[in-house]
Amino acid sequence: MTLQIEPRFLDAGEAALVVEFGDTVDPAINDRVLALDAALRADPPSGTCEFVPTYRSLMIHYDPLQVSRDTLVATVGGMLIGLAEWRGEGTVWSLPCCYDPALAEDLDEAANILGLTRDEAVALHTKATYRVYMCGFTPGQIYLGGVPEPLKISRRATPRSPHPAGAVSIGGGLGTVVPFVMPTGWYVIGLTPERLYAAERNDAFLIQAGDLVQFDPIDLATFRNLTQRAASGEIVARKRSA
Amino acid sequence: MMAAASEAFVRVLAAGPGATLQDAGRHGYLRFGVTAAGPMDPLAHATANLAVGNPAGATAIEVSVGGLELTAELGSLTIAIAGGEFALSLDGRPLPPAVVLNLEEGAVLKIRAGSAGSWCYLAVAGRLVMPKVLGSHATHTRTGFGGVNGRAIIAGDRLGFEVSAVSQPSISTIVAPWLNRRVDIIRVVLGPQHDYFADDQIAAFLAGPWAVSARSDRMAYFLDGPRLTHARGYNIVSDGIAMGAIQVPGDGRPIVLMADRQSTGGYPKIATIIGPDLGRLAQARPGTVFRLAAVSIDAAVAARREEAALLARGIVLEPLVRSHLSSEFLLGLNLIDGVVGAET
Repeated sequence: MTLQIEPRFLDAGEAALVVEFGDTVDPAINDRVLALDAALRADPPSGTCEFVPTYRSLMIHYDPLQVSRDTLVATVGGMLIGLAEWRGEGTVWSLPCCYDPALAEDLDEAANILGLTRDEAVALHTKATYRVYMCGFTPGQIYLGGVPEPLKISRRATPRSPHPAGAVSIGGGLGTVVPFVMPTGWYVIGLTPERLYAAERNDAFLIQAGDLVQFDPIDLATFRNLTQRAASGEIVARKRSA
Repeated sequence: MMAAASEAFVRVLAAGPGATLQDAGRHGYLRFGVTAAGPMDPLAHATANLAVGNPAGATAIEVSVGGLELTAELGSLTIAIAGGEFALSLDGRPLPPAVVLNLEEGAVLKIRAGSAGSWCYLAVAGRLVMPKVLGSHATHTRTGFGGVNGRAIIAGDRLGFEVSAVSQPSISTIVAPWLNRRVDIIRVVLGPQHDYFADDQIAAFLAGPWAVSARSDRMAYFLDGPRLTHARGYNIVSDGIAMGAIQVPGDGRPIVLMADRQSTGGYPKIATIIGPDLGRLAQARPGTVFRLAAVSIDAAVAARREEAALLARGIVLEPLVRSHLSSEFLLGLNLIDGVVGAET
């Protein structure tokens, strides 16, 4: 583990400060990121604009005409002293996921590379509980840690053609769910009917960093039914407190 | 919806690719992966807005070198145009590139790529009547957020504005010398991952020279120049991306991440362009050659303060009369008799 108790303060230009707790994907590092993020959101220092938690660092966007870099570093440094352990809201999401070959475009390819049968790969994927390390890249997209060892697959050397919205993918030893149609360097092993981003919903973004996710296998008929319900604004994932 | 008495419309007659509605950006949702978007040249965007009495961050039309042609419907509109040295004309009569004018119903304004610059901004005095997405009109076409149904402006679009300003009696030039910016030196703050590069590579990075690649758009400007090598590999665990971040992927060719950039990424970011120089770079056309200079945070903030002070002093307008036009400008037009004077 490469947890730095004393974080590094790095500059991303004169209007963004990176508070870096480590350089690896690690729950203990991510805990510190989310703890600082929670503390900053509860009491935003003057001059700060927004906070972006990632696997291993927190980016603080600020207005340097309102707060100086040195003042901000001192304020954040003060908050880090005695920062409470991050416990999160403990939300566990059960995301319906269809692994039918009609939708799981890369499941056989990925299973073949990993030396697994399709059913073994699905069983491994549905058995695990994943931690949402961060959201990013596209609106509502979640990055998942906790992929079982036998499912850890490298990213593709070159991206594949665009996948549909709701792609459940693995790559680079991690998992992701992408609510937009886009090309990817990952392997699409399933499709969720849930909309992680829906502008018209009160909660436009369903899942946030620190939440836990499990995948609930559904058949093609259920997928079609839930897709229609999700399109009408219903949240089809199930949610419970840990 | 019935048009209010004070509502008038911009009717788009023709649009090249890349004309979009942009306000100051969709802020506050980076943590959910939502790109801010917003203007490529925020200074020019603010200048156009302030010139018609709008807030600096009001929604305006960003026009690319693809150009735009439009008219006013159901009323006249007071508009300002500012940005690069675009070629403008009103009913066929040429205009200087930074103007405020009254666009009468049916009059045709044409905006074409001119001698320099990649973007210009057309601000309408008043308020755009259009639903916002997450509090903003800023268009991000890759995710379909904002603007006109999440897309670029196309011929046939009709944009309603609640008109707020009294019509200008004449055509005025916007006195904004700060829009004539050189692109020879672009200032950067090193980091956040400059420690992924050895000292000689940092030196090569700063020395350049760099040229803006033809492969450039609202998301990223690719730079042509020396190939950089990484000292510690090129895969990092993804972290946040600020506007102006210069990432160096495995092929060693730097990429400047612009307004439509993704929120997070996994390549080392050797440096970040300072805020006041981002618009200057954005205006550079493919092939433009420049060098980089590393500056301190304090110097970058001082440059920001200067820029803010420029705008705080207010925008000066000068009625357009022949005496204000340089002979060079008039010769360039070769249409002296066609120039609109204050008396018309």
